Amino acid sequence: MKTFLAFIRKEFWHILRDRRSLIILFGMPVMQIVLFGFALSNELKNSKIAILDASHDPYTQRIIQQLNASDYFTITTSIQDEKEIEGLFHKNKVKMVVVFPAGFADLLSHQHQATVQLIADATDTNTANTMVSYASAILGSFQDWLLDQQTLPYTIHAETHMLYNPQLRSAYNFVPGLMAMIIMILSAMMTSVAIVRERENGNMEVLLVSPLKPMWIVIAKAVPYFLLSFVNVLIILLLSYTLLSLPVHGSLILFLFACLVFILTSLALGLLISTVAGSQQVAMFMSLIGLMMPTIILSGFMFPIENMPWVLRAISHVVPARWFYTIAQSILLKGVSIFTLWKEMLILLGMALFFLVISIRRFRLRLN
Amino acid sequence: METPVIQVRELTKKFGHFTAVDHISFDVHQGEIFGFLGANGAGKTTAMRMICGLLTPTSGKVDVLGLNIATQTDAVKRQIGYMSQKFSLYDGLTVRENVTFYGGIYGMGKDQLKLKIAELAEKLGLEDKIDHQVSSLPLGWKQKLAFLVAIQHDPKVVFLDEPTGGVDPITRRQFWELIYEAAERGITVFVTTHYMDEAEYCDRVCIMVDGSVAALDRPENLRHKMGKETMHEVFYQLARAAQRQE
Repeated sequence: MKTFLAFIRKEFWHILRDRRSLIILFGMPVMQIVLFGFALSNELKNSKIAILDASHDPYTQRIIQQLNASDYFTITTSIQDEKEIEGLFHKNKVKMVVVFPAGFADLLSHQHQATVQLIADATDTNTANTMVSYASAILGSFQDWLLDQQTLPYTIHAETHMLYNPQLRSAYNFVPGLMAMIIMILSAMMTSVAIVRERENGNMEVLLVSPLKPMWIVIAKAVPYFLLSFVNVLIILLLSYTLLSLPVHGSLILFLFACLVFILTSLALGLLISTVAGSQQVAMFMSLIGLMMPTIILSGFMFPIENMPWVLRAISHVVPARWFYTIAQSILLKGVSIFTLWKEMLILLGMALFFLVISIRRFRLRLN
Repeated sequence: METPVIQVRELTKKFGHFTAVDHISFDVHQGEIFGFLGANGAGKTTAMRMICGLLTPTSGKVDVLGLNIATQTDAVKRQIGYMSQKFSLYDGLTVRENVTFYGGIYGMGKDQLKLKIAELAEKLGLEDKIDHQVSSLPLGWKQKLAFLVAIQHDPKVVFLDEPTGGVDPITRRQFWELIYEAAERGITVFVTTHYMDEAEYCDRVCIMVDGSVAALDRPENLRHKMGKETMHEVFYQLARAAQRQE
């Protein structure tokens, strides 16, 4: 046990000496969360819009007033001709133009329908989506008001919930994704590189001649990365909670347990890579291409899995991050309990055990 | 006569159809400097790896300190030291950290280590470098340091796998002085090398050719027997018979 602790202490010396990696590993999540928090507070506040009002009636006046009164929009320009729209977008003057057709109020009163055009600059897709949905919501509330005014025998009540908030949601989705990425870097990539480095420098032989058991060497190498990963997860969680006010609807303990299982899976994958890779560079590349890319692309946090062709969808099933991502999202955002998540949990647990057994086997094989 | 420190009997290692080490047998006695020579590919590293328990033999038996290396590995491991062909200290750690770590994995206590570090610093004249990273030291010093670290837990036998590769002649000389010092303390030294001048420093040498022992004796005896002036010529004549190419 004493020799084991001596080994772990040495591993920490190595890691702590490598200041640059450490700063990146702990700085990156902090930076990203702070950036996201900042981006959030700025999202759709006083976005510049232009109005083309060909009608100038009380109804359009009311809608324009409401648009302007909301925190989301500021009307900076008023135009008279549709031809001006393109120029406004080109010069980046506004992000959206609201067009009222001539005789808007008349159309509404007599034909009971009128069209408002919302023309958004979709070069920035997210912003465009958000603006259009906010504007639609304001139009919706105007419609409600209109219906209240008229004493018709029937009322059409259009209920608009502000469920749709892409910016906000992507920030929350981002948190489990960020965790998965950090865990992959620390537990898989850095662990595999650390073990391969030991072999490359000829230290492994010396260690194997020493009284240390081979299995303990590997465990000793994994322990520091395990701890660092977990600390990083806690930091990300704390920052997301305070800065992004990320909700934790479900059981925190269950979530941390899922993190531990995912860290274990990553460590096993790192160990597996270390038994295959001949050099540190190879280990790094294998981790990047074999683990990081699938984690980012196929876990569902960047691109929705449902929209992928079936080949990629099938592959995504063997990407541990996909399951971790589903679990994290369900627990944090939806407050789902273990009774609904047991299938995903079992898959992740199964993966951890599977990779652990294979990598330990391979490691033993490699020694001889 | 006392039991040999290392007893090798019919030791064989096959990799597929290739027999790297072919039924070799020899003894190494307490306190001697045993040179293990051979051209590249002669099987000396494979043999040595089997003797210190890094590799499982295909057949044959190795006893170290009267203990079977295959079945009593743990008991053996505590009493041997090893220095690998590649440089084996951690470049990124300081001298003190390296000594502490290697002492730690052999179960050395804090006080014992403090003494060792002081002793080592004095021996190498490294007092002011003790908290410097090993990467900042010249190669010669690193090599000597690695040797002292390999024997700091007072092993009964130390295995050195081409310890002086890439080192200048003066440092090699100094390195061998450290080896002599260790041998005088009663540590048995098992060293592989392909520098023939180093063979002269050994008490006995074993020359491997094509996986077998081609000669085993004191260097001066080998020279007389074969009527050669230097070990270099002895080695050259034996190695010329080799069938294997690298």
